[in-house]
Amino acid sequence: MSLRLVRFVLKPLAFIASLGPAAWLVWAGLTNNLSANPLSDLTNETGVWALRFLCITLVITPFRRLTGWNHAIRFRRMTGLFAFFYGTLHFLTYTIADRFAGLDFPDGIVAWSTVRNLAASVAADVYKRPFITIGFTAFVLMVPLAVTSTAGMIRRLGGKRWNTLHKLVYVSAAAGAVHYYWLVKADVRRPLIYGAIVVVLLGVRLYWSRTKIVAPRRTAVARPA
Amino acid sequence: MLIKKPADIRSSEITDRKWYLNRRDFLRTAAGVAVAGAGVMAGSRSLFAAGQVAPHGRKLEGVKPSPLSLTPQQEKANTWEQITTYNNYYEFGTDKESPSLSAGRLKTEPWTINIDGECAKKGNFPIEELTKGLPLEERIYRHRCVEAWSMVIPWVGVPLADVIKRCEPTAKAKFIEFYTLYDPNQMPGVRVPVLRWPYIEGLRMDEAMHPLAILATGLYGEVLPKQDGAPIRLVVPWKYGFKGAKSIVRIRFVERQPLNTWQESAPQEYGFYSNVNPNVDHPRWSQATERRIGEFFKRKTLMFNGYADQVQGLYAGLDLRKNY
Repeated sequence: MSLRLVRFVLKPLAFIASLGPAAWLVWAGLTNNLSANPLSDLTNETGVWALRFLCITLVITPFRRLTGWNHAIRFRRMTGLFAFFYGTLHFLTYTIADRFAGLDFPDGIVAWSTVRNLAASVAADVYKRPFITIGFTAFVLMVPLAVTSTAGMIRRLGGKRWNTLHKLVYVSAAAGAVHYYWLVKADVRRPLIYGAIVVVLLGVRLYWSRTKIVAPRRTAVARPA
Repeated sequence: MLIKKPADIRSSEITDRKWYLNRRDFLRTAAGVAVAGAGVMAGSRSLFAAGQVAPHGRKLEGVKPSPLSLTPQQEKANTWEQITTYNNYYEFGTDKESPSLSAGRLKTEPWTINIDGECAKKGNFPIEELTKGLPLEERIYRHRCVEAWSMVIPWVGVPLADVIKRCEPTAKAKFIEFYTLYDPNQMPGVRVPVLRWPYIEGLRMDEAMHPLAILATGLYGEVLPKQDGAPIRLVVPWKYGFKGAKSIVRIRFVERQPLNTWQESAPQEYGFYSNVNPNVDHPRWSQATERRIGEFFKRKTLMFNGYADQVQGLYAGLDLRKNY
């Protein structure tokens, strides 16, 4: 498969597909295809898509290794950034629909006190409620990863340090799955599915790092002499 | 859309030399991707969360207004569409829209209720017999879910106290239990053990005798839609919504405080009383405010859901923080 096909066909297609959930939410919101509590739907759906994109991002490396299809890696930055994109939408929806909508507005809505109260309300919630604390952690950990996702930042940090830093995505995905598990009332089936996927994806890495089997690609490029 | 992505990559593999060189790896991966894909699909809600609006049912005859109802000046009622598409009725699935999609197959006529326990009139009685001669009243009540959303619902029903009197409870009847139908053939949700079935709720006898407590058989002057608990459900407006057992098949008078289903499921989160109380938070979220369905800004939750004047006497001397 040529690099050109990946670059000019598959990646644009993946990009458009990744925008699909956001486009669908906007469309459903505008055409009354969400539930009677659309703010809750928007919060839940953006959150679950952030978790899905984290899982997809974590699938890429094992997928590449098992198939030897090295072009897979070319999608990883994009899916990671989409995880951050949906995570940001999720955090914004929560901030607006859950926090802002619950404020008092002693000086009217457009006032400095609104900004202060909103920040205080988010901070208090993050501090007080474990499932918010861990969800917020999952989101915040993605920020440095998104910031250092450019080629320039990789160069500046150096591959090794960059790689170490980006191991934070493991923590983010695990925290995201726990966040989901802690928020549901009784039906934990879906959170458990995501938890299991994250456990498998992290477990595979742990297994590989322990067994130290060299990747098929590297064996192919055996050292001369 | 996303589900399709691994498939794209896989089909593109066919043109790759590695595909036949690493066939075994490829198959293993394909299996892995399939499992992951299936997981993601199982995790997806139906794309249309909007649910299915209940068809309009038979109009109920002789429904009288009640002075206990909220007036239109006080609160505006939620719409038929909202009340029949956004439901917590786990016997029909745990998504809000699930009951509206799957409760249609429930057969609600004929319907008998088993009366049992510490009472003189035990046995199986058709609903019509238990409610015969009792005037149907419209009761427009606030409905506050423990999940911090709320609605205003124009129920139609009969006072629970009148039905209880017909059962002639004995002096030993201190509490009353309500059992929801458990039928795996009609209720797809009960095939999954998310809660222990059948669903049980309970009230203290004096709570049950309170004039605000009703057995609802209608909504907006029509027969109660199935997703809302047809043919007959409990409505206790000063308590969280889950106290209102739906599709009741059994009423039992007991001496000891019942273990209601949600309390059994998570005792540190749901108690027996479950009175609406803005000052006692759920361990995982605040109960101080609520989102009225259809509104953006949240409302302050009212003590006993706004029915404090009528019901606070029931709880004099009771520590509501401990007895949540």
